[in-house]
Amino acid sequence: MAIRWGNYKVANLHDELLRASGKPRAYADDLCSYLRDLSDAEIIEYKAAADSAIHVMGITFRVYNDEEGSIDRAWPFDIIPRLIDKKEWVDIEIGLKQRVKALNMFIDDLYNAQNIIKDGIFPADLLDKSKNFLLECKGFSPPLGVWAHICGSDLVRDNQGVVYVLEDNLRVPSGVSYMLENRQVMKRVFPEMFEKLNILPVDDYPSDLYDMLAAMSPRDIAEPEIVVLTPGIYNSAYFEHAYLAQQMGAELVEGNDLVVGDDDCVYMRTINGLSRVDVVYRRIDDWFLDPEVFNPESTLGVPGIMRAWKAGNVALANAPGSGVADDKVVYAFVPDIIKYYLNEEPILPNVPTYKCVNEKEREYVLENIASMVVKPANESGGYGMLIGPHSNAKEHEKFRKLIQEDPRNYVAQPMLILSTAPTMVDTKVEPRHLDLRPFILSGKDVKVTTGGLTRVAMIRGSTVVNSSQGGGSKDTWIVDMEGS
Amino acid sequence: MLSRVANNLCWMGRYLERAENTARLINVNSNLLLDLPRSISLGWEPIVDILSYRELFYSTHKEAVERNVINFMVADQKNHGSIISSLSAARENARTVREIIPRESWERINELYSYAKENCQKAQARRSRYGFLSEIIQSNQTITGILAGTMTHDEGYEFLRIGRNLERADMTTRIIDVRSASLLQDTETSQSAFENIQWMSVLKSLTAYQMYRREVRLRIRRPDVLKFLLLEDRFPRSLLHALRQVEHCLKTLPNHEEIIMQIRVVETQLLDANPQSLIQEKLHEFIDDMQLGLNTIFDKINQTYFFHT
Repeated sequence: MAIRWGNYKVANLHDELLRASGKPRAYADDLCSYLRDLSDAEIIEYKAAADSAIHVMGITFRVYNDEEGSIDRAWPFDIIPRLIDKKEWVDIEIGLKQRVKALNMFIDDLYNAQNIIKDGIFPADLLDKSKNFLLECKGFSPPLGVWAHICGSDLVRDNQGVVYVLEDNLRVPSGVSYMLENRQVMKRVFPEMFEKLNILPVDDYPSDLYDMLAAMSPRDIAEPEIVVLTPGIYNSAYFEHAYLAQQMGAELVEGNDLVVGDDDCVYMRTINGLSRVDVVYRRIDDWFLDPEVFNPESTLGVPGIMRAWKAGNVALANAPGSGVADDKVVYAFVPDIIKYYLNEEPILPNVPTYKCVNEKEREYVLENIASMVVKPANESGGYGMLIGPHSNAKEHEKFRKLIQEDPRNYVAQPMLILSTAPTMVDTKVEPRHLDLRPFILSGKDVKVTTGGLTRVAMIRGSTVVNSSQGGGSKDTWIVDMEGS
Repeated sequence: MLSRVANNLCWMGRYLERAENTARLINVNSNLLLDLPRSISLGWEPIVDILSYRELFYSTHKEAVERNVINFMVADQKNHGSIISSLSAARENARTVREIIPRESWERINELYSYAKENCQKAQARRSRYGFLSEIIQSNQTITGILAGTMTHDEGYEFLRIGRNLERADMTTRIIDVRSASLLQDTETSQSAFENIQWMSVLKSLTAYQMYRREVRLRIRRPDVLKFLLLEDRFPRSLLHALRQVEHCLKTLPNHEEIIMQIRVVETQLLDANPQSLIQEKLHEFIDDMQLGLNTIFDKINQTYFFHT
């Protein structure tokens, strides 16, 4: 037998499938025994089946290279799914809805009355420093007050089993196509498990997305024209753009395919001439969206589309300016934001975040810097960060100084030990760290994907799950134990 | 259908056809040179001329010797008309319409490009050249077959065929123009065995030899060859056939009236000219008119479907 759960090390980690070595969690029991009974040859066969399914379906992400143009790479996929008990998932779902609802109210408030600032909950100077606050959007409110129609929130679990929100992606979150395709692959590889367990389906997403987008149409017509706006074939997420367009039966367009007329309406160029567009699901960043208003050099965008949007002639998802709510300082305020707008306690906790601008929190950070992660507020992509446990005394001292000089610019978090799940390494299983990105759709109703995209760090000990840095993905099964 | 997508399909069809035609042209020329005595030095320059790359060629090469011309027409990425450039462009066009064309056809186009890129050195040696070029031609035929057999014959497919047939029409007229210029000066001169071979090569460049033979059982003569290549409606690489194919495709597309009128103008010119009876100088003028006509048709297609405002 290839997989011996008794040899699988759980130690002081929280594992998603096992309580301890050799002891599967109740909802993973069937899966673990199924896997235990597989021979090496079967495992190799199933892995090959998954690889070939990925190849046949053309599931790729794109890497650009000068020599060859662009290359499509398959994203590493692990055949062992990540399971979540439906009972737990229900609460997470409610928590996500609560969070996104509050974030949308927050964005709408910031661009209009700014009550949260007047009431002293959110500091005005933080807004002034925000790169993603677009002055062009001030005084505007999209229909229903919804800005971030599609949100991808990253969830992590620590070694105590607590689920935290690590960050919210409110601009152009990606990955949902992998969630959908991973499920297709798994159905081909482990059809037996789908008969045996009550695994909730995920394939509603494209229809839900379509319904939400269609409901945004400024024209009240039976079949509004919905398009997916992509930066083009060289974008790493192009596969997803094409995939979603195809699944929704929407047109996949590039900036040059669209034109804004003198009537401030958006049209696409077709072989029949110009044809009116009602809803644009845009997958390009604010900065490139409209050269008339933002980056004048942008060739990806559509000149005049902001005009059309403000005139109410076209709906944009997500609304420009939504990104104001996904920077690191705002993140620290989300629990307060939830309390302020909804008068509710947050259901899903943030990773505890110390705002160095507050004296008490700053003192705590300065004292415990060796065990903390310090992040600058206005940087992204991991720049200017300190990972306390991986740094020396000199670096700790350097950051103490930096924080004291500009406390407003820093937040700090305790170092989390992410949960793990068994992952195939050759024909054996080893624990690997992972996270989860559910997608939340906000229109008239709020809908959450069933589970989401599980990203896994394929390298031992690593917690980096990004596709560009050795990350892979798993199918995510929400298992209904009561229904089975 | 989006204009950009239609345009890309049209060009994908054109570039694939161009790569295939260029491969055929080189193959036939290689064969022809083996048959001709050294005194008749046709050489490789006509190949450069057929594709109108004289200026570009001589800006980087001194002499139109075999080695230079082969490299220029097969592997040179600076030459936009080389096989490798055509295939690369076809592949980029295919990539942007991957969601529209059958996956298999995309994979074959991708493979064809990789094959050409990795093996283009094989075109240099006469021994391996034929195999290399045949592979290009056959792969392209396979792609055409996959598209015909698995792609919905919708608007997109029609644009692809329009591109292919316009390219074909273009190539047929070019080959006739350049080849006939280096052949007989007029119809009355007596024929030699070598002239016969050369007219055969014109037919072969367009894979028309066998079909011509079935159709015209007499000895190969200039007027018959011209008539066959320009006016034989049933031969898929004749000018008239290509024009009628474009017209046929357009009929399923919106707003085609003006373009079809333009095609009819060119068609009438073609039918009325009696090209087989034209002496060389007149033939050249006539071919020029045909090329202009083809350009006008393509411009109209561009305006109507791709670049309207």
